[in-house]
Amino acid sequence: MSVTRSNPILTVGKYLALSGYLVFALFPLYWLVKIAITPDRLIFTEGTDLWPSSTTLDNFRTVIFQTDFMAFFGNSLYVSLGTAAVTTLIAAGAGYAFSRFDFGGKKVIVAIMLITQMFPLLMIIAPIYKIVSSLGMLNSLTSLIVVYTAFNIPFATFLMQSFFDAIPKDLEEAAMMDGCTRFQALRKVIVPLTLPGLGATLGFVFTAAWSELLFALMLISDNASMTFPVGLLTFVSRFSVDWGQMMAAGSLALIPSCLFFIFIQRYLVQGLTSGAVKG
Amino acid sequence: MARMELRGVVKRYGTVEVLRDINLDIADGEFIVLVGPSGCGKSTLLRMIAGLEPITEGDFLIDGARMNDMRPRDRDIAMVFQSYALYPHMDVARNMGFSMEIRRDPVEEKQSRVAQAAETLGLSALTDRLPKALSGGQRQRVAMGRAIIRDPKAFLFDEPLSNLDAALRVEMRLEIARMHHRLSATMIYVTHDQVEALTLADRIVVLNDGDIQQIGSPMDLYERPANRFVAQFIGSPTMNVVPVEGRDNGVQLRNGAVVSLPNVPDAKEAASLGVRPEHLELVADGQGDLVASADVVERLGSDTNIYAQVEGVGEIVVRNHGNTLVRSGERFGLRIPPEQAHVFSSDGTAILRRS
Ligand SMILES: Nc1ncnc2c1ncn2[C@@H]1O[C@H](COP(=O)(O)OP(=O)(O)OP(=O)(O)O)[C@@H](O)[C@H]1O
Ligand SMILES: [Mg+2]
Repeated sequence: MSVTRSNPILTVGKYLALSGYLVFALFPLYWLVKIAITPDRLIFTEGTDLWPSSTTLDNFRTVIFQTDFMAFFGNSLYVSLGTAAVTTLIAAGAGYAFSRFDFGGKKVIVAIMLITQMFPLLMIIAPIYKIVSSLGMLNSLTSLIVVYTAFNIPFATFLMQSFFDAIPKDLEEAAMMDGCTRFQALRKVIVPLTLPGLGATLGFVFTAAWSELLFALMLISDNASMTFPVGLLTFVSRFSVDWGQMMAAGSLALIPSCLFFIFIQRYLVQGLTSGAVKG
Repeated sequence: MARMELRGVVKRYGTVEVLRDINLDIADGEFIVLVGPSGCGKSTLLRMIAGLEPITEGDFLIDGARMNDMRPRDRDIAMVFQSYALYPHMDVARNMGFSMEIRRDPVEEKQSRVAQAAETLGLSALTDRLPKALSGGQRQRVAMGRAIIRDPKAFLFDEPLSNLDAALRVEMRLEIARMHHRLSATMIYVTHDQVEALTLADRIVVLNDGDIQQIGSPMDLYERPANRFVAQFIGSPTMNVVPVEGRDNGVQLRNGAVVSLPNVPDAKEAASLGVRPEHLELVADGQGDLVASADVVERLGSDTNIYAQVEGVGEIVVRNHGNTLVRSGERFGLRIPPEQAHVFSSDGTAILRRS
């Protein structure tokens, strides 16, 4: 007889709570997809039914072939991947330095990075617009990458630092005793162990950039360089909102994030460093 | 193979002085053991020798060349970490062969060395496991293997056997002794274990609170401890030390008994007297210098430790042969043999005997 066998009531309760949360979190997504596959003529008549009486993929077809959606999608992908890559690279370097080295001004830099996170975005939109426009970079996707990178670096750096902090210092020191330079120790021992951290940071920054609306709206007005969230607003015309197409576009927009997380989730599993040190 | 010198080495973290004025010459091929209570700076000293911790003041030399600013990899020293520090993403074989991988040694040579080290350490069956699938003792042996795979100038060990069970510990201790004979490499070894220290060391360095208390061969430390700290740190059970008053020709215990010490010229300065448990002589009740009543009698097979209350003096430990007749609660007499007595002045330094 197992002493640790769990109470069946507790188990049921646990699953009830979990499914309650799941329903709560996933319902909006479900609704998104449901409306996307509802034929236009049924949207208002069967608006509150859980499942429409007939379904269609017309909305998807229209969105993909007859709107600029694919261009928005491409722009967003470019901006989000660019931001994720640049931010993670810089944050990894900075996080490593914060975790391993003691240098003058460390506390000041940390304080400044925290302060940058305290301002509401609305306050800095005007100055940012001014800077970007005087650099002649309005309507360029690169300007979005630069701005997003600047905004995401502080948090990404703290995130990376916490991952480096979790790797015992002894490992690098052992590598150096084994003949590595500090850089070799970093490349051969620390980086492989930081993959979960890099994955998490990439995912976080990617998602943040993918769904950013405010700056994209301010800095981009040209149809050709609109990102996806801005593009979604084009489904709202002055006289009507094309719900079906908007929801179809929204469903499609979920795909990259999902793929991205499926791809990195194997790096997110914990326990990569277990067995390194005592205890 | 290397001769090492530490000259006036000091380590400070900010204003905290962790090691003070460490001077130590280590001969080529010598086996040095560092002992001392937890937090006295043993690991720190080892890490400064390894090059992992900057030296605040003083010099460290290998074969006459100053090493203070050399990177660890340029010092050619192997180290076994107190925490093992195995690479969690590499299997046992790659962990052990990592230093050769970094130096781009021929693959066949690396493989044969790894196989040989694994054989020596009893790890042959585990070479393709990851560290997380090993027990503590196995991890510790992999950490040893990683060091012995190469031919460094010196080996540093930071409590390498602390996690092994008693039998494995004895086996590994012998293996280290054998390795030292075979490689005749310079070794510096940190341990808490008396037996390891006494059996392995050519010389033992006793540290306390950042200061070297004494450097000497195991028998030196046992027979001629420089002060009370060393006297009580080396030897098990620890030396009995009781307060006394100095007399012209000996010392007077609190119970009034006088132990005459004709071969200690400065007995007048004495503030305490030390006798190892194994040197106290058991005599009939009413005889000898002390009257004791046995409190606890610990039978260890070959020996017996008797913890006794002594009137006017306090608790005393006596070590007797295995089949001693003393039972707990019994009274007996104790004689302190003058030739085995250690006397210490009020600041704890040993007062020397005339040889
Ligand atoms: N980075 C640091 N900053 C300040 N003090 C430190 C630092 N590292 C170590 N110390 C102090 O230095 C002293 C010596 O530490 P060390 O690790 O050398 O002890 P040790 O003799 O190896 O102990 P143990 O037997 O427990 O391993 C300790 O008192 C410790 O608190
Ligand atoms: Mg230590």
